[in-house]
Amino acid sequence: MSLLAVSDLSVTHAGATAAALSGVGLSLEEGERLAVIGESGSGKTTFARAVAGLLPPAARREGAIRWRGSEAPARPGKDIGYVFQDPSASLDPVVSVGRQIAEVVRTHEGLGRAAALARAAELLDRVRLPDPSAMVHAWPHQLSGGQKQRVAIATAIAARPALLIADEATSALDTIVQAEIVALIRRIVDEERMALVFVTHDIALAAQIAGRILVLKGGRMVEAGPASQVVGAPADPYTRMLVEASTDTASLVEVRGTGEDDR
Amino acid sequence: MIRRLFATPEGIAGTAILVLLAITALSAPLLFPRDPLSIAGPALLRPFQDPAHLLGTDRLGRDVLAGLVHGARMSLAVGFAAAAAALFVGAVVGTIAGFAGGLVDEALMRVAEAFQIVPGFLLALAFVSIAGPSLAVVVAAIALGAWTGPARVARAEVLSIRERDYVAANRVVGMHPLEIALREVLPNALPPVMALSSVIVAGAVLTEAALSFLGLGDPNRVTWGAMIAEGRAVLRSAPYLSIIPGFALVVAVVGVYLFGEGLVEASTSRRRYL
Amino acid sequence: MSPPLLSVAGLSKRFRRGDAMIDAVSGVSLDVHAGETLALVGPSGSGKSTLARLILRLIEPDAGTIRFDGLDLLSLRGAALRAARARLQMVFQDPHAAFNPRATVARVLADPLRIHGIATRAERPAAIGRLLEGVDLPASFAARAVHDLSGGQRQRVAIARAIAPAPKLVVLDEAVSALDVSTRRRILALLADLQKAHGIAYLFVTHDLAAVRLIAHRVAVMDRGAIVETGSVDEVVGNPRSATARALVAAQPRLPARSEAT
Repeated sequence: MSLLAVSDLSVTHAGATAAALSGVGLSLEEGERLAVIGESGSGKTTFARAVAGLLPPAARREGAIRWRGSEAPARPGKDIGYVFQDPSASLDPVVSVGRQIAEVVRTHEGLGRAAALARAAELLDRVRLPDPSAMVHAWPHQLSGGQKQRVAIATAIAARPALLIADEATSALDTIVQAEIVALIRRIVDEERMALVFVTHDIALAAQIAGRILVLKGGRMVEAGPASQVVGAPADPYTRMLVEASTDTASLVEVRGTGEDDR
Repeated sequence: MIRRLFATPEGIAGTAILVLLAITALSAPLLFPRDPLSIAGPALLRPFQDPAHLLGTDRLGRDVLAGLVHGARMSLAVGFAAAAAALFVGAVVGTIAGFAGGLVDEALMRVAEAFQIVPGFLLALAFVSIAGPSLAVVVAAIALGAWTGPARVARAEVLSIRERDYVAANRVVGMHPLEIALREVLPNALPPVMALSSVIVAGAVLTEAALSFLGLGDPNRVTWGAMIAEGRAVLRSAPYLSIIPGFALVVAVVGVYLFGEGLVEASTSRRRYL
Repeated sequence: MSPPLLSVAGLSKRFRRGDAMIDAVSGVSLDVHAGETLALVGPSGSGKSTLARLILRLIEPDAGTIRFDGLDLLSLRGAALRAARARLQMVFQDPHAAFNPRATVARVLADPLRIHGIATRAERPAAIGRLLEGVDLPASFAARAVHDLSGGQRQRVAIARAIAPAPKLVVLDEAVSALDVSTRRRILALLADLQKAHGIAYLFVTHDLAAVRLIAHRVAVMDRGAIVETGSVDEVVGNPRSATARALVAAQPRLPARSEAT
């Protein structure tokens, strides 16, 4: 039985005429790492949110998302941890770092106040933040972007979910910090045997972290398969373009194109 | 925007009241072509006694309904003119203070504070006493006490807008700072300032009435405030002379306020999810 | 060799942050020659964007000199500075934040033409059309509201705005970082073509080494407010010497090596 089975998933946002996602299907096993890649408007974030049950209530969803073989949806926070793109927006600026994490722990694990705070410090240690017992009392504004994202990851894994979704979690960071966060996510997913859905626009990053890659374009599946195959022998011209764009150093003159197809 | 305004109960009620008042005010010369200050009939005629003087007459036999209708002109005109002046001056001063920063900001904001410490009504009272009661002076006097609120809101908004990239882009293009402030920044700082407008218009209508009540309105025009003051002498025997214009005042203020609420509601109504 | 187009020496800027003073830029010197692209790379917080804004006089330095095209840039005030800005332009990172939310494309492009007296009112529509065509957008885009355009299209409008006053140097502050992969490549290609056609020099601020390889001639690596390494692209990307440059190269996501079958 798969951890997650998505079949023929379509999503149309309220007020939109075109579907943000149409006819996407795939399954995810326990502990598997999947990368979802695409450019803006590809529906990759909509896919991640649909899986996590985080679509706005007015969005229209068709198709099935089965969690552990059942129609009962996964519980956000408990079964699925979610890391957003903007770490500043996902942390409450007036609540200390430790209490934000402790709140999740208390909600899902039923721990007392003191035990929850101790667990928060433990989680901060797990995401390799320095001096976790002091960090518990830090405020979000005292942290750098990379540190905030580590706190967001600690919050996401606080309830020991079976699936971690990282939605462009490293896009707002510079390359050095990005590499550190990617390494961290990889290690945590390995240690906790979580499955991972890693949403990104960077195919090279996807190939580094995931065993399987799903390529989306305009809300449709373009290609899906083992990472080595998608990257090494892309079947679809669009995937090939993405691969070439991230490898070539050749002259740029032929790709100038026109602005009408810009995103 | 207009459609959303009418989607709110406040918007519908406020618009209805204001449109009614505006029509009344505009058609005053048609409905009552005679000077409302002239004697029209017997003195102290009670309301609904004589169809020729539906709301009765005052101590000098002047028609109350005619006064009410002509008074609407004055109340609304002064209220809106004073509020418009206050909003315009406030927005410009606040924008320049916020955009220029430094010494200019300090100076302008100290001036604003000086105006703010003195109660607005006292300021208006003093100004009219010195400059004499004419329409323009009354408008200026009311605006004098009301421009600081818009100035503060505009300044706060501009302080955040001026850090945006597009302002830096305008500087890089070589645009003059004054043009950046007034053409590029001010329009984007207006929405929260306009949200104040209903309170300011309502306040201006009331201040105008209070000035007239104290005899500091233009003596050659009927105003609701002056009518209330006029009725005060016979408050026990003919309370309707004060109650009727007082009621008109309440309706006008409530109408302005509801309209403003509807506008704010419509402009901030929940946006669609992306 | 002719003197550099832009010559920055000993430029410093400190910011107050809480109780501490941060040296955002400390004693930076660099040259940009006419018609070349100097990439300024570094991790976030290295001071590269601050340096870019100092050079554009968007913020004022505490110390140092900036010579640009024969001018002592820091001595200019008021109208003289505004006139000099025609030759020194900038494209911002976020294509959504860089325009007045109420602006139309025509208004955005008319500003530099009007301010620097490049086209009279009557000539402006045609000049705007030519600017749009220069960045591969149809002239009909003039009537569009900027907020209706895609990110890549806005960045093209931003480039058109920057080249409108015929600048000698354009500072590109992470100008392609926010764009999709395919759009990013087309915009970089456009920038390379414009450089060839008009001899514009670029100061290309970025943390993306892939883009650096595509467009830059030389690279300066910045960290903690100082320049730690400069050299040709091949030297710095191929054989980084400073710890910062090595970390940047190592952190670049790379596809696994594969057989060259395609």
